[in-house]
Amino acid sequence: MQFDQLLQYSLSGLSTGAIYALIGIGFSIIYNATGIINFAQGEFVMLGGMFTLLFLETFKLPLWAAIPCAIAASTVAGMLFERLAIRPLRQPTPINLVIITIGGSILIRGLSMLAWGKDTHAIPPFSGDDPISIAGATILPQHLWILAITILIVFVNRFYFYHTISGKAMRACSYNRRAAGLVGIDVRRMVLFSFIISSAMGAVAGIIVAPLTMTAYDVGVMLGLKGFCAAIIGGMSSGMATVVGGLLLGVLESLGAGLISSGYKDAIAFIILLLILFIRPQGLFGKAESERV
Amino acid sequence: MLRLKNINTYYGKVHALKNVSLHLSEGEIVTLIGANGAGKTTILNTISGVTPATAGEILFNKQPVTACAPDQIVKLGISQVPEGRQVFKPLSVEDNLELGAYLRYRNRESRAAIHQDVQKVYQLFPRLEERRKQLAGTMSGGEQQMLAIGRALMANPRLLLLDEPSMGLAPLVVQEIFRVLEQLRRENGTTILLVEQNAKAALKLADRGYVLETGKVILEGPAAELMENAEVKRAYLGKDKKEIWER
Repeated sequence: MQFDQLLQYSLSGLSTGAIYALIGIGFSIIYNATGIINFAQGEFVMLGGMFTLLFLETFKLPLWAAIPCAIAASTVAGMLFERLAIRPLRQPTPINLVIITIGGSILIRGLSMLAWGKDTHAIPPFSGDDPISIAGATILPQHLWILAITILIVFVNRFYFYHTISGKAMRACSYNRRAAGLVGIDVRRMVLFSFIISSAMGAVAGIIVAPLTMTAYDVGVMLGLKGFCAAIIGGMSSGMATVVGGLLLGVLESLGAGLISSGYKDAIAFIILLLILFIRPQGLFGKAESERV
Repeated sequence: MLRLKNINTYYGKVHALKNVSLHLSEGEIVTLIGANGAGKTTILNTISGVTPATAGEILFNKQPVTACAPDQIVKLGISQVPEGRQVFKPLSVEDNLELGAYLRYRNRESRAAIHQDVQKVYQLFPRLEERRKQLAGTMSGGEQQMLAIGRALMANPRLLLLDEPSMGLAPLVVQEIFRVLEQLRRENGTTILLVEQNAKAALKLADRGYVLETGKVILEGPAAELMENAEVKRAYLGKDKKEIWER
């Protein structure tokens, strides 16, 4: 095995890992705000890609205009999902909510299949597809786009959660809902916000990955599960831990596929998920909570 | 300023408050005393809109506020310092205080005014200023209590609801906190409703008091009178019957 081969696998792993990280952060944001795992997260990833296609081909928009429109449309879908499926629930126990998100994901997938059919579609890459070679390995410009956009989003995210009052309020809700209500934070509004942010991030992930992997009505299932896996590795943090979790997952998957067999690509992700859940359910970097009363 | 009329509140099927009526005048300090489970915390949570009343009426400045959500209550000028402090542990002291002014940020109040109020809280509790960058969860119980009070004050309340601020704290710290409460009333005219298990300290500070038992008000009156009441002495001030009889 050669160095350039390893480098090749790692580089392509990093870019898929970045996608998993974005999806994983989406999971974590909703989990932290509401305590539920939103299994419909993957569908917003799919919607991102499919809406881009819609604006490109049906409305004949140029790519640079289709992308923001697609993000906006997916975000609206996320808002509607929260308003129509999550908020009206009479007894919002976690198990009810989780089942609703699973039902929602099946519904969204079904509707997309009706609207766009079962075919796989391609979205053009953002800036051509002439490969760039780095120390013997080759990558596509789209890989660079993925990494750059992910880094940008992670930083914007961090700024929002640590330096704006609305972001701090959202963190406050996740740490102590009752106290958040008592200082005047409208917790339900924060839940809506969390769905808005997550569906927008999911859509971005779906859009930037689509030129590499194509998109179809059912890509959300696998991408969603991988993102969930990244979030679990990161201990459901909406910050760096999940990013590292996603990148780790992407690289291991890509190395496993290249060095062992590409048939095991998905199995590797789920073996890692199970191992983490068995051995370190608090996440790879989490500490068991210690509290002072 | 605040009036509760025949309030009834349920926790699921438990009838936690039975026809509770009470009132507070502007600038008063009133205390609610009673054993565990008497309904003291429920009264505060009913006022704050956390566990809404099923029957009865709450008036704040003659306005009905019975069905208001917690954030509307804060907007109207009623802040609660919850039992067990409930500070945002993974956030810094300064962030906790800022979040206390969350609604003022939402109303686009100037940052300078809010910052000035942070300084005022630091003047009340100099210990918080020393620790402003520290995470709230790493501070002592007394410091967390100060922070919880400071956070509630950041909303500029006219009425402050305090739930067991002395719980689990050293006597000296309790003294300091009670001194600040008195100072708040004197300097800002803040009205205070104080729930306490430490009946002696609470009655010393308060103007009036209500005694609760199993969800009902069984006694009310000026604090000094309650302090001399035989039943209160026996049940809440830790003097036994014999001692009272012998006098």
